[in-house]
Amino acid sequence: MNAAVVLFPGSNREGDVASAIKRISGKAANIVWHADSDLPADTDLVVLPGGFSYGDYLRCGAIAARAPIMDAVRAHAERGGLVLGICNGFQILCEAQLLPGVLQRNAQLRFMCKEVFLRVERSDTPYTRRYNAGDVLKIPVAHGEGNYTADEETIKRLEGDGRVLFRYVSPEGKTDPKWNHNGATNSIAGILSEKLNVLGLMPHPENHVDPLIGPTDGRGLFESIKTVLEAA
Amino acid sequence: MKARVTVTLKNGVLDPQGKAIEGALKSLGIEGVESVRQGKVFEIELADGDKTKAEAALKAAADKLLANTVVENYRVEVLS
Repeated sequence: MNAAVVLFPGSNREGDVASAIKRISGKAANIVWHADSDLPADTDLVVLPGGFSYGDYLRCGAIAARAPIMDAVRAHAERGGLVLGICNGFQILCEAQLLPGVLQRNAQLRFMCKEVFLRVERSDTPYTRRYNAGDVLKIPVAHGEGNYTADEETIKRLEGDGRVLFRYVSPEGKTDPKWNHNGATNSIAGILSEKLNVLGLMPHPENHVDPLIGPTDGRGLFESIKTVLEAA
Repeated sequence: MKARVTVTLKNGVLDPQGKAIEGALKSLGIEGVESVRQGKVFEIELADGDKTKAEAALKAAADKLLANTVVENYRVEVLS
């Protein structure tokens, strides 16, 4: 597994995700500068980490989405390569139109930093094969703009094609407005691209991988990626 | 040459910030406020030249960066 973590000015979770990748795959990730125009030659996973790229100026992720490295990320995605965007990374993927829709201000207008419950909607994707469909994971979130929105047509297509991978749910795994923390359409927490190789999600699985500091529900995501890439 | 690009949310797109501002205006006792939608204004200074070309450049700027056309509309004006 040859991971490249893209570092934008204002990213702040690149260390967390690099450490999760090292812990689970045994191999250190390359940190790639946003102004570079190429990814390391053998890259098979690109991660856009969380943070506040460009201080969230203009719109979250808007300026990072136009950074020089993004042409290489787009080409990698078009070749079917895995691209994982977490939190600000999800916002960047939407702004870059590698995923549809937008992440708007949380409906209750507050920055939200806590643990939430996520339901895994399917296990036959590169990101979830070490989970079972219906599994409920406890994963932290930390965002002010995570309210996923898209036009009706897009939502219908995402739902119809099984491209909603994670939803905010109650501890029992039921969707409920009370547990839909940021007001996202259909409680959407994470979506896939058409070919299922690009994933964007607001929660931070990389922060729940070490038993020393709490639950390890996030490990499965990185273990899934490792399994898929090692089988390839 | 001065120009202005105005970016506004499309109709039907939820605007929680506008809602909060609306609530604040009402609590200040400002009468007759029915709704508030928040947008952005970009004041852009351009090198002097052809107005039509300038409009095309501003439109490209809005499409590529200034507006997210999934949820936002924009208006381009060359002012002088």
